[in-house]
Amino acid sequence: MKERVVYLDNNATTRVSPEVVQAMEPFLGDMWGNPSSIHTFGGQVRQHLGHARERVAALIGAEPEEIIFTSCGTESNNTALKGVMLTRDPGARLITTAVEHPSVLNVCRYLGSVGFQIAELGVDGQGHLDLQQLRESIDEHTVLVSVMWANNETGVIFPIREIAEITKERGVLFHTDAVQAVGKIPVNVQEVPVDLLSLSGHKLHAPKGVGALYVRKEVKLVPLLHGGHQEGNRRGGTENVPYIVGLGRACELAQKHMEEQQARVAALRDRLERGILQSCPGAQINGDRTQRLPNTLNVSFEYVEGESILLLLDQLGICASSGSACTSGSLEPSHVIQAMGVPFTAAHGSIRFSLSRYTTDEDIDYVLQHLPGIIRRLRRLSPFVKE
Amino acid sequence: MWNYSERVVDHFLHPRNVGEVENPDGVGEVGSLACGDVLRITFKLDDKGRIADIRFKTFGCASAIASASALTEMAKGKTHAEAEEITNRDIAEYLGGLPDQKMHCSVLGREALGAAIYNCRTGKHDRRRLEGKVVCKCFGVTEKEIERVVRENRLTSVEEVTHYTKAGGACGQCHGDIAAVIEKVWKDIRAKEAGEETMTLVQKIRLIEKVLDEEVRPALRMDGGDIELVDVRDNQVLVRLRGGCSGCPMAGLTLKRVVEEKLRQAVSRDIVVEDMR
Repeated sequence: MKERVVYLDNNATTRVSPEVVQAMEPFLGDMWGNPSSIHTFGGQVRQHLGHARERVAALIGAEPEEIIFTSCGTESNNTALKGVMLTRDPGARLITTAVEHPSVLNVCRYLGSVGFQIAELGVDGQGHLDLQQLRESIDEHTVLVSVMWANNETGVIFPIREIAEITKERGVLFHTDAVQAVGKIPVNVQEVPVDLLSLSGHKLHAPKGVGALYVRKEVKLVPLLHGGHQEGNRRGGTENVPYIVGLGRACELAQKHMEEQQARVAALRDRLERGILQSCPGAQINGDRTQRLPNTLNVSFEYVEGESILLLLDQLGICASSGSACTSGSLEPSHVIQAMGVPFTAAHGSIRFSLSRYTTDEDIDYVLQHLPGIIRRLRRLSPFVKE
Repeated sequence: MWNYSERVVDHFLHPRNVGEVENPDGVGEVGSLACGDVLRITFKLDDKGRIADIRFKTFGCASAIASASALTEMAKGKTHAEAEEITNRDIAEYLGGLPDQKMHCSVLGREALGAAIYNCRTGKHDRRRLEGKVVCKCFGVTEKEIERVVRENRLTSVEEVTHYTKAGGACGQCHGDIAAVIEKVWKDIRAKEAGEETMTLVQKIRLIEKVLDEEVRPALRMDGGDIELVDVRDNQVLVRLRGGCSGCPMAGLTLKRVVEEKLRQAVSRDIVVEDMR
């Protein structure tokens, strides 16, 4: 068995924090009532659902009634995009970017296949959008713009405030997939007036299977799940009370640890980055280092392939992920890395390390102790590296 | 470690014969950085013409490393002709199997060795990859290469071809062309196998009975009829229609159109059905 696990794959999923587990427990035990019930036994559960909604709303500066609980980030994105577009006739236009998560990109492509117009904006080598191009892309058919708050692979943060200003000025709706941003950096829908915002529980130390969608009060949308009157008729289905309570607690904790994310986690990430650049030949950072989530580091190792790096790290109990073609089950490297125009020599060797508030100094030491040897070993195998 | 066999993991963690042979007799390099895997094989022959030393360098995933390592072990001690016989299936089998999506790694191994042998024989670098029509433009895979993996591995779907060669794995525009190549190869395979047919009379009778049972009788029975197999003489099949079918004015047509056609498809193109009224 492996002696230790160093978990640096927090953009994939995070550890459920013990406080969250504790908060959920009563709702897997005695408090099993249906929050929609009229009787006191169910009704007491409704209160807790309400508290959770307030906590989620508080983290992003929303009103509680603007929060719809969902089963995951993917459902939130589906609800937002299909929900808005289906209020319009085919031919209406939706603008998104080439580097979105598949739960946005594939929804857009589906909408494109049933008659809506879809535009995908590219990014530059740093992973940034051209806002002028976005402005020009909004025409009279445009209904909705969807741009992620921060990219899951590179951590690059998009200028959401500026985009919100543009969409407001042009009178179109703005959805942001903030799954990677919420809990890591301040996200406030009052300061940055987006219309719809997706978040996911398991990216911020709540369990998998719960998410939320913020929908600004005046925004109309068709539910994805037609059913009962739950969630203000916007999402049918009895609420997943234990997980929603967990998400509420996780949001509360995220707010409490926000400064730590910004300071301690970012410092650890920076130390990892410096260490890798100093010790590993051919290492280069993907994405704008000045506009980046504090926990994310995406680094390419020239002339070595990502899967091999990951598997050798795995041997040492180090968990990371890769944009390499071989690890995704597809044959092409990550669409994000490709959209940024990273050369093939490096695209296949991109590795993402993503930290959390549970990451320690020792974890970073351990990676820096072993990674250079792994890279050297694989470079010795590479036909492109001359000894 | 993921879906890899123990042998793949072993060859990945402890690759054999890494590096380059000095003053090699054969050099082969296939793949490209764009495609995500490259394999370079160098070898030296002994005075008896056997591969004495063989080494590899690769840019690729764990299974590419393991496939290359396995290949060098397999090729050692073999002559050209013997080494050329190694197929991608042999490499995969030596490794205790590869996940479907990684079969292209074994194909890369076989191609690199083939290129090195070609280089050794002719002094030229392998140009075979550029021969013939390029079917998949994204990964630069030719019709010939697709034909070869389809034939050697008896592949039947576009997805499988993608797993083995990467062809069709990116934009997907060539899926129709790949399907056409598969169909062409299978037409060949079937024709060849039909020609090599060496069915005994007993096997032939059993097959005919099976076709009658499964494909003919259910339809006849719906009309209250039946069919009896009376005799088989070479390709002449003698039958008798019964029940509602005997005496039916459509009987002749049924025999020719339905029964004969089914038997021709399943048994032999030369079958002639005769009614024993």
